[in-house]
Amino acid sequence: MAKAKPVNELRCAFPSWSANEALARSVAASFAAQLNPTCEEVSDLKCAVSEAVTNAIVHGYRDSAGEIQMILKIYADRTFSAEVRDRGVGIPDVEEAMRPLFTTDPEHERSGMGFTIIENFMDSLRVVSSPGKGTRVIMKKKLSMLPIQK
Amino acid sequence: MGAKQAEGREVMLTQEDTPLRTVTAGKTLTVFLDGDIDHHTARLIRSRIDTKVYIQRPDELILDLSRVCFMDSSGLGLILGRYAKAVELGIAFKVANPSPQIRRILDLAGTERLIKIESAHPSRRAW
Repeated sequence: MAKAKPVNELRCAFPSWSANEALARSVAASFAAQLNPTCEEVSDLKCAVSEAVTNAIVHGYRDSAGEIQMILKIYADRTFSAEVRDRGVGIPDVEEAMRPLFTTDPEHERSGMGFTIIENFMDSLRVVSSPGKGTRVIMKKKLSMLPIQK
Repeated sequence: MGAKQAEGREVMLTQEDTPLRTVTAGKTLTVFLDGDIDHHTARLIRSRIDTKVYIQRPDELILDLSRVCFMDSSGLGLILGRYAKAVELGIAFKVANPSPQIRRILDLAGTERLIKIESAHPSRRAW
């Protein structure tokens, strides 16, 4: 879908504090604004990024705190890509984790819908994880055809 | 960075204590949520709603979402959790005026099979 070289790229890192969930989705929305997205597309991107960052905070760094990296890219074909990385506990069974309503943390009212929401709001979702090393969540969405404003 | 250090900072970054906006009509308690509902804000909102419900013991609890700008799966957890608490206490439960984005999240989880969702006349909505 996306060509190898992005036309713009933003890399940032922040501590896994829950206050940074709003920061991360605002940064993603601001960066995506270059593609002149529709309001619905902005909502979708914000929600998907929020889910991935929350996962890193709640599950990746469950009993600790650490650094979360977010890499945002825009491609010439109007694809927006967001990658959220943590060096937390990792996910032993990615397939199971991605199942709707699956959660390891029901007592904190986690709905188990995070990955399902990302899958529905974005075009593609890839989760790469190794226990003890961390998790990378890569999601992409091609925005509707409107010219990039110069 | 240790967990303890993060915890301390968490307290510092917690939003100002703003009271929950509620309206009581007869035995119906309506809670008007606003702003962003994510994992960070949900914890505080949850405890405030629960406290209010335990003190007031209404016959019906309505969560009005018309002023909520953003919600993710943490908000879904909050809503499903309040529903479970309401069932436990024998309180009728309803969600009112979700935005189209929030509606999509509710629908993805099949919320309507459990919870009544209603939208008021557009003029009564915040947007």
